[in-house]
Amino acid sequence: MENALLESVANRFPDAGLASYTYRGDATVVLRRESLLEVARFLKEDSALQMNFLVDVTAVDYSAFGKGPAPAFFASSGVSVRPSPQIPESESWPGPPDDARFAVVYHFYSMTHKHRLRLVVPTPESTPEVDSLTSLWPGANWLEREVWDMFGIRFAGHPDLRRILMYEEFEGHALRKDYPVNKRQPLIGPHN
Amino acid sequence: MAMQKSPMVETSSISEPDAAGLETRDMMLNIGPAHPAMHGIIRIIAKLEGEQIEAADVEIGYLHRAFEKMSETVDYNGVVPYTDRLNYVSPLINNMGYCMAVEKLLGISVPERCHYVRVIMSEISRVSDHLTCVGATAMELGAFTVFLYMIKAREYLWELVEKVTGARLTVTYCRVGGVKADLPEGFAEACSEAFKETRKVLEESSALLTRNRIFADRMNDTGAISAEDAISFGITGPFLRATGATYDVRKDCPYAVYDQIPFEVPVGTRGDNMDRYLVRMEEMEQSMRIVETALEQIPGGPVLVNPETGRPIPAAEMVDLAKVGNIDAISGGCAVVGPTLEGSGRLYHPSIATDEKRAVFPAKEDTYGNIEGLMRQFKLVMHGHGVRPPNGEAYFPVEGANGELGFYVVSDGAGNAYRVRVRPPCFAIMSALSMLLEGEMIADMVPTFGSVNMIGGELDR
Repeated sequence: MENALLESVANRFPDAGLASYTYRGDATVVLRRESLLEVARFLKEDSALQMNFLVDVTAVDYSAFGKGPAPAFFASSGVSVRPSPQIPESESWPGPPDDARFAVVYHFYSMTHKHRLRLVVPTPESTPEVDSLTSLWPGANWLEREVWDMFGIRFAGHPDLRRILMYEEFEGHALRKDYPVNKRQPLIGPHN
Repeated sequence: MAMQKSPMVETSSISEPDAAGLETRDMMLNIGPAHPAMHGIIRIIAKLEGEQIEAADVEIGYLHRAFEKMSETVDYNGVVPYTDRLNYVSPLINNMGYCMAVEKLLGISVPERCHYVRVIMSEISRVSDHLTCVGATAMELGAFTVFLYMIKAREYLWELVEKVTGARLTVTYCRVGGVKADLPEGFAEACSEAFKETRKVLEESSALLTRNRIFADRMNDTGAISAEDAISFGITGPFLRATGATYDVRKDCPYAVYDQIPFEVPVGTRGDNMDRYLVRMEEMEQSMRIVETALEQIPGGPVLVNPETGRPIPAAEMVDLAKVGNIDAISGGCAVVGPTLEGSGRLYHPSIATDEKRAVFPAKEDTYGNIEGLMRQFKLVMHGHGVRPPNGEAYFPVEGANGELGFYVVSDGAGNAYRVRVRPPCFAIMSALSMLLEGEMIADMVPTFGSVNMIGGELDR
């Protein structure tokens, strides 16, 4: 079922997709950011897909991927945990986007057809901006505000792109990998 | 970077004088962050015309504790205590959701009995969550008795939780690849006893509320939302089901053993506060039935068949014997640990945890008693080792008490997660709150906000 989903997106938008894969049963399409709005509208309105439910919008900062601290004493144990019989290991994860620091990740679900799809939109560090989905789903409003707050990725066409969890005077974007986890900033409240 | 100002902040204005020569003035009312009706801490800036809310701006983030950032700094099992503090009224569901997401990423599955244990515990949590929500809403509408009754019922359920996990609130019960320990002896009886009391409370509360004129007048037709609007805002859970949409993760994308347990999904028709109340009341009954069915169906483990225990040796003594190399004295022994760890011994282990050695702690007897067990424990707790899923990403949704609770985990093969994202169910509902409040009377804000069941820990993370 996941494959049929991926195919229908790939057939409809031959130029939009950079890749598509299924990993651990999650169908995923990697998209150029120019075509995000178009593909999202197609997902929502196409009668065969009817992805009417925007589950989640988030982002991942891939700038430190695979550069974590080395194990304390022993060499890496190789990590390959035996997969269970239900989930075949034949599917392999293609890895983070090649030359983009951020990936904005969307999860969609279809209440009618009960299938899920993930869209990954790589976004370079120099111009961290993608199109806003608020015109299609009002629920995207707060989710995108959170991504802006935590990652500093802007959403073009968003009606009210303010910080949401942090306060306006907060400097930096906390979930970026170059934001130190133990950094402290004085809490300065808004002046009103 | 210049931040856009809230559109709400400077809109207090004086309108043109009307025909009678009177001028009206919009009033800005600041509700919260510290306000008895704002469960936890959020702030609503309401623009009022008389008693009617013209516009409302909802400000959240007062309880932000950087859950997602902290999750990147500790090992995979170390995140579990943090998940307790997301929805702190039903922490077992968070535990389960997070662990299942990591298990999906690892590609492992847990034994069936473990699934049942998790389902039982999360349904008990769901009942206690709904009790809190309905009780608090009723209290804010003046029905203090109901609140006390429901907290009393929650107490019975938390006693069950305490029996199993050793804690009432911050349970940390699930582990990647299993649960901490098996159910204690006599749990089924304790459950039926607690449910008897809970059902009594539900009956009493329903008698006090459902046909109560004051309660019904304030709940009926307030805070109404249509199914289309609710879906477009990403609302799930009882809030969505009150509108008539039937989406329930347990039914539509069944996980664990929910597909083997018959239960009904109650839905409303009008999507107002009354329907949300009724849906929650019915869901509690359904959750209790799920637990009862699950306790009947749960595959036999040592707990329910009176364990054929080995020679009991107190754990501390076992450690001492092992340290001096007296392995003969402890081989065939069974570690006696604290009451809430009783079900973690070798006897119980195969039924509550997967046999994947790279993800699951060994039984206590093995840790103390043989070098393989000790090494395995060591490899899992040492910094930089631990559970190490292969590179990849996985999203796993479970049905939280407020709706779809999803965990999106990205791994780069290290001992700590590269990224953990929670999809908090009440975030979506809160984003629709200003739309829900617009046009309502200010007094209706209380039941509407109450039925959102905002949980600060989950909303702000």
